[in-house]
Amino acid sequence: MSDVTLETAAAKVPEAAPRSPPASQIGLLAWLRTNLFSSWLNSAVTLLIAYLVVRWTIGFVEWGIVNAVWSVPDNQTQACRDLKGIGACWAVITEKHRFILFGTYPYEEHWRPALCVLLFVGLYTVSAMRRFWRKELALVWVATLTAIGVLMWGGILGLPYVPQERWGGLVITLILATFGLALAFPLAVLVALGRRSRLPAIKALCVLYVELIRGVPLISLLFMASVMFPLFLPEGMNIDKLLRAQIAIILFAGAYLAEVVRGGLQALPKGQYEAAEALGLSYWQKTGFIILPQALRLVIPPLVNTFIGFFKDTSLVLIIGIFDLLTAGKTAIIEPAWQGFGVEVYLTVGAIYFVFCFAMSKYSQSLEAELNRHRNR
Amino acid sequence: MSQTTIDPRLMRAPPKRKLRLSWADERIRGVVWQVLVVGIVGTIVWWLWSNTVHNLEVRKIATGFGFLTREAGLPVAESVIEYSPTDTYLRALTVGLLNTLKVAVVGIVLSTILGTVIGIARLSRNWLVAKLSAIYVEVIRDLPLLLQLLFWYTILQSLPGPRQAMQPVPGVFLSNRGLKLPWLDWQDAHSLALLALLLGAVVTWFYRRQALAKRILDGQPRRIWPVALGAMGALPVLVWAALGAPWTADWPELRGFNFRGGVTVSPEFFALLLGLVLYTAGFIAEIVRAGILAVPQGQWEAAQALGLHPGQVLRQIVLPQALRVIIPPMTSQYLNITKNSSLAVAIGYQDIVSIANTTLNQTGQAIEGIAIIMLVYLTISLSISLFMNWYNARIALVER
Repeated sequence: MSDVTLETAAAKVPEAAPRSPPASQIGLLAWLRTNLFSSWLNSAVTLLIAYLVVRWTIGFVEWGIVNAVWSVPDNQTQACRDLKGIGACWAVITEKHRFILFGTYPYEEHWRPALCVLLFVGLYTVSAMRRFWRKELALVWVATLTAIGVLMWGGILGLPYVPQERWGGLVITLILATFGLALAFPLAVLVALGRRSRLPAIKALCVLYVELIRGVPLISLLFMASVMFPLFLPEGMNIDKLLRAQIAIILFAGAYLAEVVRGGLQALPKGQYEAAEALGLSYWQKTGFIILPQALRLVIPPLVNTFIGFFKDTSLVLIIGIFDLLTAGKTAIIEPAWQGFGVEVYLTVGAIYFVFCFAMSKYSQSLEAELNRHRNR
Repeated sequence: MSQTTIDPRLMRAPPKRKLRLSWADERIRGVVWQVLVVGIVGTIVWWLWSNTVHNLEVRKIATGFGFLTREAGLPVAESVIEYSPTDTYLRALTVGLLNTLKVAVVGIVLSTILGTVIGIARLSRNWLVAKLSAIYVEVIRDLPLLLQLLFWYTILQSLPGPRQAMQPVPGVFLSNRGLKLPWLDWQDAHSLALLALLLGAVVTWFYRRQALAKRILDGQPRRIWPVALGAMGALPVLVWAALGAPWTADWPELRGFNFRGGVTVSPEFFALLLGLVLYTAGFIAEIVRAGILAVPQGQWEAAQALGLHPGQVLRQIVLPQALRVIIPPMTSQYLNITKNSSLAVAIGYQDIVSIANTTLNQTGQAIEGIAIIMLVYLTISLSISLFMNWYNARIALVER
């Protein structure tokens, strides 16, 4: 019986049309289909962009490598001029790289700023590792910065004295950024605490400082440092230009960092403040032992981002004529023989800035992921 | 908040404590700290002030803003209003301020558009588009703006001269004298047509408000686009046609060693705008991306389940929520563009900083010059943040 019904039922069903197997969901082809050619429009966009990318890459390789001139005999830039723009003149970098990196620092002493750059990089690396986040790190900072000062100035330990006017290049950028951060940070913490204070006069002062600084461009502060600052000091007293610019950068960075730190103070649950008070801790005990350790940990990623911003902003000292990396690059092409090769120099200087900033921003992202890991569970 | 009932026991004021003249009293400590801090800051300010006054006397520099009415004798290459070197310093500074505002406004508009496009592109399902946008954002944000400005300015300066100018589109010339564009021969008809467009926009806005109010009452959707088309499309065209439909363009032409006619975008302005827009777009792209990602997936799905079509989902469900996340950081980007436009001084675009700097070099009025710069930027910053705060409050989530 059942056999019969089954047979009749089967006979009623029309034979299924032969189907092709489903498209593969794995492998290179499937990946290409979902990510690049999912629709007509997508395929068109992909092809257009791929064409442009390939064309520009080939153009750049031809300009930067194939047709490029890598070195010329003593300042004879005729070979470069003959290229008429179809190739890069990397000879300007070969010739001027010491100048771009170290400025007018005495040639035979270049190992000193070079060592300072390495010290800075080492300091950043050590500070970036979580296992070194201890109180002793502050001592390492003080020691390294002192060593850098000794190396740059010299005058002791058998090192010849080099006046500050002759410093230049990458090391100035690093000095402005690092000293700026190291000194602006304590200021920023105090201002952030002051802005959250219950004492009206202190709060008003901090608000005024932060809003005033954040409302004006850094350039105006740098102008102030270079033009107005000499008027502020008593007669006969003078501070060199680099230090004046450094003070302007510290004041500027302090206001921005203060807002970042304030974000951390606000993000901390109120219970932490109340619990600390309930334990009978004084204001400074409460702040030092309970609030700041937690609040600062919260804001490390935005602090790194702010630091990247200042690292880039130190290039603004070009406008008041301080010899940082960018100024050195710009000065290198003033010489008539090397005029017109700005693109090569700016690409190189840009690459140096990029390496530092990119490393810091990748670090900040990984740190953020690590610190937020407990939240994603 | 105000409607929640408060426990009557909490309404009672805490008992008044007697003020004790002792370090143990919190209020006394507070007063002492404040007096101390204000005293120290005040002393420093007073010290700097008295030094300044003394130095000014020694150097025989007269303070005051009297120099503003003197003849500037300061050439300005490009200006929105009429200006000649025989005008006063005040006029020169106004020209600078207008130049700053010009580059800031154009920069804000262009970088918002470019940043939004790149931010959305970074979320694209097309791998190539998403990766390229990501690379763009990473690279552009990790290079100093000043470096980028110098780079673009160098490239624009190394372009061929007017005689060998590049012509990407007929009538548009790119040379080391800048960008030359054809422009309408402006007549009253055009101004009146613009006015009609403005009027049309106002009419449309009022009509839309009324239509929405009626729709809330009876639930019937009303078409808005016919009115919008009539008021903002047909009306200006009619006005323009009624006045004789003037349509002559002013084409740039090579005469001798330079171009005549058309409008010029100077290399300085072009480089500054290019640098500012490309740089800020990188930051805006990240803000837009974060804003879109902040809207939970469930919102898209719920909207689709209600039967809204994709455009409606984006406009009425996702965008209003994303904007709440986007507006505050966008405000600081707009402020940044305005402040960063001060880098113009490095490439010779004459904005307020550049002109004030020249002024203080010519007159020796350092304090006044810098005070003017700071005042201008503080005013601009304050106005932008006031406006954006107002806008932010308007679109903010209304909670109980």
